[in-house]
Amino acid sequence: MTAQDTASRDAAARERELTETIRVAVPERSVRADLRAVSIVWRRELIRFRTDRLRAVTSLVQPVLFLFVLGTGLSGLASRGMPPGVEFKTFIYPGVLAMSVMFTAIFSAASVVWDREFGFLREMLVAPVHRWAIVVGKCLGGATVATFQGVIFLALAGLAHVPYDPVLLLTLVGELLLLSFTLTAFGVMMAARIKQIQAFMALTQLFVLPLFFLSGALYPLGGLPAWLTVLTRIDPLTYVVYPMRHAVFAHLPVSPLALNALSPELTWAGWPVPVGLCLAIVAAMGLIMLAIAIAEFRKTE
Amino acid sequence: MTPAISVSALTKRYGEIDAVRGIDFEVAAGETFGFLGPNGAGKSTTIKILCTLAGPTSGAARVAGHDVVRERDTVRRNIGLVFQDTTLDNYLTGEQNLRFHADLYGVPKAAFGPRLRQVLEMVGLWDRRGSVVATYSGGMQRRLEIARGLLHAPRVLFLDEPTVGLDPQTRASIWEYINELKGREDITIFLTTHYMDEAENCDRIAIIDHGKIVALDTPEALKASIGKDRVQISTADDQAAIRALAELFGLEAAMHEGLVTFSVESGEQFVPKLFGALPVAIRSVSVSRPSLDDVFMSYTGKTIRDAEASVVDRNRMIATRFGRRQR
Repeated sequence: MTAQDTASRDAAARERELTETIRVAVPERSVRADLRAVSIVWRRELIRFRTDRLRAVTSLVQPVLFLFVLGTGLSGLASRGMPPGVEFKTFIYPGVLAMSVMFTAIFSAASVVWDREFGFLREMLVAPVHRWAIVVGKCLGGATVATFQGVIFLALAGLAHVPYDPVLLLTLVGELLLLSFTLTAFGVMMAARIKQIQAFMALTQLFVLPLFFLSGALYPLGGLPAWLTVLTRIDPLTYVVYPMRHAVFAHLPVSPLALNALSPELTWAGWPVPVGLCLAIVAAMGLIMLAIAIAEFRKTE
Repeated sequence: MTPAISVSALTKRYGEIDAVRGIDFEVAAGETFGFLGPNGAGKSTTIKILCTLAGPTSGAARVAGHDVVRERDTVRRNIGLVFQDTTLDNYLTGEQNLRFHADLYGVPKAAFGPRLRQVLEMVGLWDRRGSVVATYSGGMQRRLEIARGLLHAPRVLFLDEPTVGLDPQTRASIWEYINELKGREDITIFLTTHYMDEAENCDRIAIIDHGKIVALDTPEALKASIGKDRVQISTADDQAAIRALAELFGLEAAMHEGLVTFSVESGEQFVPKLFGALPVAIRSVSVSRPSLDDVFMSYTGKTIRDAEASVVDRNRMIATRFGRRQR
């Protein structure tokens, strides 16, 4: 057979392929189809994060400034209160680590607002899949992207004298994932209602900074005035920052006295709240907000 | 054979405003059916109901044999949608957008590759599949949306103002693709437009005004229903020609634009008779049929532009009442 024969046969096959409609049997709606939808919505977030390197870099700026500029600048002043051998930078590291995922998680949720603005949300909402699949995919995607962001910052742990202990790193990544998921669910829940990106950004700013400052990310939770003690216990972020700091200090060679000064137990009216309960609270909040977000998206169109 | 779309006594009310006031029609399988009317006439509301994006206030609609309210998901699996506004992800490539769609609609993995190539080649975007959508022109984006709407081989393709906001050349090329598609795919096309010239591409047209269908027929029949064709001839002796037309055919001819001009029922059939009978030499002939503009005018008593001006206020009212984005 000559090359020409092959070429013409290929051309004929192509022609046939083009003229005959390729039959596509779209299957009945099933749990499998919904899981596939979760997966594709999740993967889209990852693709967008991968192509948007600028975002990855710019969202690192803020935590780096807090850790190295604020951490170094205040260290002289703060060292008077610090036990010997512990730097101020090390102390604020867990809180700043939590902060490094906050903005990315919320901005991931903001993409729901963008998607609405650019019409892509409609493409998702008219598909023959359950709405929960779209919302869950979005939350998981945002959580994954934000956790990646946190892992980049986690790589800088050594600069704050936090040891690269595998158990510690795994614990922190797990806690970051939980935090990211809850924050994305919070953002998606807001995005279900808020249609303008400016309003969304303004409102999240209004929430994010108070949440951060009241979480005890930059100061110990013990010995605070009563009003601040109450506010820190109300702030959901406290229940992630505390376990993270707890994990970091468990891997540092500090005296029990220093530990008590820097990472005192989180108490409710004197009762020490176990770390597991803290994390359960955060998970429960995330799931509740996810449920509200799903209910909101079921209502639209 | 079950009709692709059947609508009976359909109404849609937004608060105090009747967007659709009781419409009935059927679209046969394989037909290209156009909804023609000014902005705010109820075209988009009807298409939304047919696509399961809005529920009817009363009445019923079936698409691909399934009820749009009770069998919403079955309807969704069987339809392709191209909206007025783009619904693409600008940050993804053309191929990634289509892959996303395929996964959402559960297109089998084995069928995706060949089908992707087929639909992208059909709209001339196969070579650009790897480019990010943000780099596409408006016409390319619309073509990509048409390809995406076809990806899961729907039985009915809905095109809501498929060429709105595009320049005339791009509009023409989009229509070439749509017409080619009709030849290739076994599909029913339902489209809305407010461009009169585009409606000519349809097998049948429904003219909708103030939420009601005022006329429904083939473009030819609609045009024939409103009047006669205009014939213009240039002859060796125009005055003799005018006299002859009056004597032989009883037609009243007059000079317009330097040509002998008269109206007859069916210009195409009349012209051969004219050549046989007219005693003066004919240099040129032109027959023009009434346009859909004339049709719209005759059914609604206004031009489509007049109609648009009057609905702007109504739309604004709807928009403020429901906080919807004005499109």
